[in-house]
Amino acid sequence: MAAAESYPEGLKYHPEHDWARIEGDEAVLGITWWAQDALGELVHFEAPAAGGATVKGEPYGEVESVKAVSDVIAPLSGEILEVNEAAIDGPEVVNDDPYGEGWLVRIRLSSPSEVDALLDAAAYREVVAEQ
Amino acid sequence: MQSALQRTPLYAQHVALGARMVPFAGWEMPVQYDGVIPEHLAVRRDRGVFDVSHMGQIHVEGPTAHTLLQSLLSNDLDRIGDGEAQYTLLTNERGGIVDDLIAYRLTAFHYLLVVNAGNRSTAYEWLQERELRGSEVRDASDEYALLAVQGPAAIEALGLPGAAPFTHALGAVGGVEAMICRTGYTGEEGVELMCAAEDAPALWDAIVAGGATPCGLGARDTLRLEVCYPLHGNDITQDTDAISAGLGWTCALDKDFTGAKRLRRVRDDGPERRLAAFVMEEKAIPRQGMTIEGGGEVTSGTHSPTLDVGIGMGYVTAGSSAPGTELVIDVRGKPRLARVVKKPIYKREEA
Repeated sequence: MAAAESYPEGLKYHPEHDWARIEGDEAVLGITWWAQDALGELVHFEAPAAGGATVKGEPYGEVESVKAVSDVIAPLSGEILEVNEAAIDGPEVVNDDPYGEGWLVRIRLSSPSEVDALLDAAAYREVVAEQ
Repeated sequence: MQSALQRTPLYAQHVALGARMVPFAGWEMPVQYDGVIPEHLAVRRDRGVFDVSHMGQIHVEGPTAHTLLQSLLSNDLDRIGDGEAQYTLLTNERGGIVDDLIAYRLTAFHYLLVVNAGNRSTAYEWLQERELRGSEVRDASDEYALLAVQGPAAIEALGLPGAAPFTHALGAVGGVEAMICRTGYTGEEGVELMCAAEDAPALWDAIVAGGATPCGLGARDTLRLEVCYPLHGNDITQDTDAISAGLGWTCALDKDFTGAKRLRRVRDDGPERRLAAFVMEEKAIPRQGMTIEGGGEVTSGTHSPTLDVGIGMGYVTAGSSAPGTELVIDVRGKPRLARVVKKPIYKREEA
């Protein structure tokens, strides 16, 4: 069941429709409700390997629906500690729960100050409103 | 030269149902309502209804209509009688495919051709420029709406009697007069209903109220690709021939029609490339335009909702076209394994 539109407070957002949950010197990353809705039902997550790196503003993976493929842009730079196997095995979890079970990767931040440049929920909602 | 998109008589229905509308071949069409996957599965398991009113209808009528069409279409019209229909190709001098279409024989002197939306004017002009004395070619596309109701439960739910595939008859559905055609583009049983444009909303509403799932062009594409029906513009074009595309069965090479000579040569020499169907062996989704190692190209690709795997078709060298052959597809820089399979990729279980 697809989730209802939401942009939780407490997450940080990148205008390319990615979110980050900061947990100390680590962060969990995923795509926003808007991104999964624009793509439609996801059928493939082309995931990076754990141990690799994300670079802020650069793609670290791809998500695909039946009709389209989209890069997933890293909101922050870091070392990839863990990839969500559940999103690889059943990418529809990203549609069902984009901020929870549908997370994509966990990273250790290499430049924690990058967090300051991300958007809060209110600012990201303005980005969405302009789409 | 971007002109305004055309809308079918069912535009308001689509919007009311929450469809995502997209431009397609000059038309503003629903790509999906609730989602490609549930719509696709509804057609495989039960039934769905599609608005395909963007497709073109061309009447060819007159004492020489049969002669004209026999000289321009690849299939042999003598194989069908009144009330029957035939899948056939409009071919060019090089044996290329101007359009693929269904020819409905109304009488010996009157045929109705249903052509692809994107080829409507090309096909009409092609036929019209070659008109014979005693044949009249008329583009009637704006007069009709076309609804496809497809799926194992489609016929019964509409209260229609059984009938052989590729036949047609006049009748009423939901109180609307329609030409009821036993044709489709999904690999399932079903009908295509052609009605007057102004009657389309009533027909659509009755079918949806009866429980058919509204389906968009997204599901139409995944359904047709699972059963390996070619899409003109992707899998077949003016630069590909019927033999290489595996459509030799639509070509009556014992008659003369445009490009027949060239097609006979391709048949006799054997095509250099063939349109093969394949299934991914790794998690990846093939897409149109991707390179197949060894000199091939993907012409259609998607994720199969029925099989839950990446599937596609593409031209490969004749030596790589046999079922079982391993292919390597360049998926945005990553080599991904696929295997050639016998067409169709998906076959309905016979009850």
